[in-house]
Amino acid sequence: MITNILTQIIFYIFALGVIGSALMVVSAKNPVQGVLSLVLCFVAMAGIWILLHAEFLALILIVVYVGAVMTLFLFVVMTLNLDRSQLKRGLVSYLPFGLIIIIFIMIMLFYVVGPAHFGLAAYAAPTAQPANYSNVAALGTTLYSEEVYPFEIAGALLLVAMIAAITLAYRGRRNRKQVKIASQLAVCREDRIKLIGLPSEKKHEDTP
Amino acid sequence: MIALSNYLILSAVLFAISIAGLVLNRKNLISILMCIELLLLAVNTNFIAFADYLNNNLGEVFVFFVLTVAAAEAAIGLAIVITIYRNSHTITTEDLDNLKG
Repeated sequence: MITNILTQIIFYIFALGVIGSALMVVSAKNPVQGVLSLVLCFVAMAGIWILLHAEFLALILIVVYVGAVMTLFLFVVMTLNLDRSQLKRGLVSYLPFGLIIIIFIMIMLFYVVGPAHFGLAAYAAPTAQPANYSNVAALGTTLYSEEVYPFEIAGALLLVAMIAAITLAYRGRRNRKQVKIASQLAVCREDRIKLIGLPSEKKHEDTP
Repeated sequence: MIALSNYLILSAVLFAISIAGLVLNRKNLISILMCIELLLLAVNTNFIAFADYLNNNLGEVFVFFVLTVAAAEAAIGLAIVITIYRNSHTITTEDLDNLKG
């Protein structure tokens, strides 16, 4: 019983953290503050995922998302010299639309996913796993046996994404004393030599 | 115990907030990317909740792939943002009208 109440308290604390920090992401004036709120949101959601017995994915969320992707966001936001007043133009004028969209989607989803269809009566709480159950082992068994082909495709996708990101952001080296063969071969004669037809002068014989 | 609907409502609220954020912050490319990350997080929470309550860890495997695609999307999106900023010194979406679309 005490575990039950404790679980509920933990769930609501993390849920409040997720929703509060998501609201801060949406309404942040400063982009850096927005990225940091997003980090908080991911960490709180990782807590919810641990409550859902997905320990490996929760740790992946923290290590990969907070550690790598959000750091990338932070680097980009800090590198770009953003004009804050420019970024927030028209936020107030769109606020009614945003609120209407929030209320509309929430009412719609509450009817669909509310306790009437997905309550404890319809879906009983999962039974506790035995003590020697390992989420990592179970996930790995599925991933490397049934889903090994999609797994390899995901690896190829990451490789393609890496090459694409490098190609997009790479400018080539500057000040390098290297022969550019392509530009040398592209030279044609007209670029280097200009032939000017000078009219030949006549010698004046009547001058003294 | 916590019902499945609690998790689903939590992710629905997160989804609605991030959709509204897409509408509100549509001037700023980086805010749009962050809202898309929130959107994917809400979807992933749905997958994990169902995977736990149905005792089937294929949902967790799917979350794994969604995380992969989201990481690739963030990397390429930020590279595009950097390239746009380098070329036109702004990432405000209404100033990016080079294609005259």
